Amino acid sequence: MTSVFQSFMRLLRSSFDSDQWMEIFDSLSKNRTRTFLTAFGIFWGIFMLILLMGGGRGLESMLGANFAGFASNSGFVFEGTTSRPYKGFSRDRHWNLELTDVERVRHNIPEVEVVTPILQTWGGSAVAENHTCRVSVNGEMPEYALVDDPKIKFGRRLNDVDNQQRRKVCVVGTRVVEELFPQIGKDTDPCGRYIQLDGVYYRIVGVSGKGASGINIGGNAQTTVHLPYRTMQQTYNRGKRVDMIALTARPGYKMSEVQLRVESLLKRVHLIHPDDTQAVVKVNTEAMFGMIDSLFSGVSILVWMIGLGTLLAGAIGVSNIMIVTVKERTTEIGIRRAIGATPRDILTMVMSESVVLTLVAGMSGITMAVIILQGMEIFLHGQAPDAHFQISFGLAVGAAALLALLGIIAGLAPALRAMKIRPVDAMREE
Amino acid sequence: MIHLKGIHKTYGGASPLHVLKGVDLDIQQGEFVAIMGASGSGKSTLLNILGILDTYDEGEYLLGGTLIRNLSETRAADYRNRMIGFIFQSFNLISFKNAVENVALPLFYQGVSRRRRNQLAMEYLDRLGLRDWAHHYPSELSGGQKQRVAIARALITQPRIILADEPTGALDSHTSLEVMQILKDLHRQGMTIVVVTHESGVAYQTEKIVHIKDGIIERIEENLDPAKNPFGMNTQMK
Repeated sequence: MTSVFQSFMRLLRSSFDSDQWMEIFDSLSKNRTRTFLTAFGIFWGIFMLILLMGGGRGLESMLGANFAGFASNSGFVFEGTTSRPYKGFSRDRHWNLELTDVERVRHNIPEVEVVTPILQTWGGSAVAENHTCRVSVNGEMPEYALVDDPKIKFGRRLNDVDNQQRRKVCVVGTRVVEELFPQIGKDTDPCGRYIQLDGVYYRIVGVSGKGASGINIGGNAQTTVHLPYRTMQQTYNRGKRVDMIALTARPGYKMSEVQLRVESLLKRVHLIHPDDTQAVVKVNTEAMFGMIDSLFSGVSILVWMIGLGTLLAGAIGVSNIMIVTVKERTTEIGIRRAIGATPRDILTMVMSESVVLTLVAGMSGITMAVIILQGMEIFLHGQAPDAHFQISFGLAVGAAALLALLGIIAGLAPALRAMKIRPVDAMREE
Repeated sequence: MIHLKGIHKTYGGASPLHVLKGVDLDIQQGEFVAIMGASGSGKSTLLNILGILDTYDEGEYLLGGTLIRNLSETRAADYRNRMIGFIFQSFNLISFKNAVENVALPLFYQGVSRRRRNQLAMEYLDRLGLRDWAHHYPSELSGGQKQRVAIARALITQPRIILADEPTGALDSHTSLEVMQILKDLHRQGMTIVVVTHESGVAYQTEKIVHIKDGIIERIEENLDPAKNPFGMNTQMK
């Protein structure tokens, strides 16, 4: 082992000795088929590893783009039916979430950062000119943007003045625009046009750029019409009833725990049994994001396993071919020994051939993968501008270091075998 | 130059084989010696011991005044490199190196710079009349040319002694004659040469013939006038 180390050190020290390199280059370049076959395993291994890692990264960022804009520590609370009798009320009772509940939560639970009411209708239809589109309608306070950013594509968000003055304005999803105004195309700003919902006209002031996939509250984000809260409250005659309360937790607090406090507060004021599990329905993005996170860590573990497995197989391949090579080169090594090569010279020779071969093959693998990843990134730029396939520089450097290590490990067995060849063996081969 | 005393060598294994049974031999500086014997006589083993390619069990071997015994592989390699020039029956050139590179290889292991050793290699190839073939690969050379490259390689380190193992074994009689002539010329320049052979035609080109049989030296024959035994006449030749 020490002699292996010494020979490695010697190789390092002689790394500026061009002679040594010429010798390595010589025996590699003059045995092209062998070199190519040996190198291919490593090339393929690192190529696959980098490509898979970049692909995984790209996939993650592509899917991640769908969830972008959604606060990762947000939650929603809405009403269900009671499952237990309590204080004289029977079970299966409907209770109502109210605007006062929003104030209660805001004043009693300091861990809550944003708390905002939401009104919703489903299955409505929007009409403009001769076209109709099935939509869901959300009434939102301006601060709802802190929970679910509408990713405005054209125009603006709904603001405080809209809300206060109960303006008849709306922000619509992209699909609504496409369906209602097919003549203008999806890349034209539709702001200023009017749509009609249940007999009332609203002016479009903004278009939400959110995609169909991802987290949707109250139906598909592309077919949702967002109205100012008080506009919807008045036109749909909702009074103080609220459909849903949206929350975000202050940094450092877990949404699941905050929601438990909100739940017990609501149960207390609405006379619901404290152990009732159905009366207050909670939705929590923390769990969703957690699930997505674990999905991606699963994917990346898989990528690493496959990639490293392929790479390891490549290294074993190199080692194997080198062992065969050493056998094939018994005569040559014997001759070298007879004319004055020390065992360490032979060890250095085989090891450095292995390391150089692995590094060169690996580097071309990395380069190839990087080129392909860059190509994918450029190609998909139009469809998924946020997707990043390219691996980081640090990862590439890490991969190169890994290759050097693999080269040493792969060269070890054949080098030790080559060292044992005695010069007499050269003469036995006739 | 070479002093062997009571050399014994046994190859182990299931049935140990006692190959050398006490060999005493002295070879002086500048001698041209043939070690002759049938196959299995122990002559190859003796050559391996002389060439520090193999160890011996008993006795002592002095090469140029240095006791060759229990050497580390590294020391043995160094002695082989500096003191001994080898010529083999099958030439043993490295196939993917051209003539110059093959000749220069021993100097690579001495740490001589590429330029210097290639220059020296060219000189030696020139001396052996192979300047025009310097950049040919072994596969592009005839048998005689290959052996001349091998001789140049043996000479380049300026060894104390040349050990030739059946140097004409793979050559036709005409080329054999050429190669033996080169060895004779080297001898005339003062080189100590030991040839191992089973061909009396080759052996009688030298000045001293050591007949070896069943692991011991049978007799040592002085061959004062090698010219009287013209190569290929009345001798056991191919």
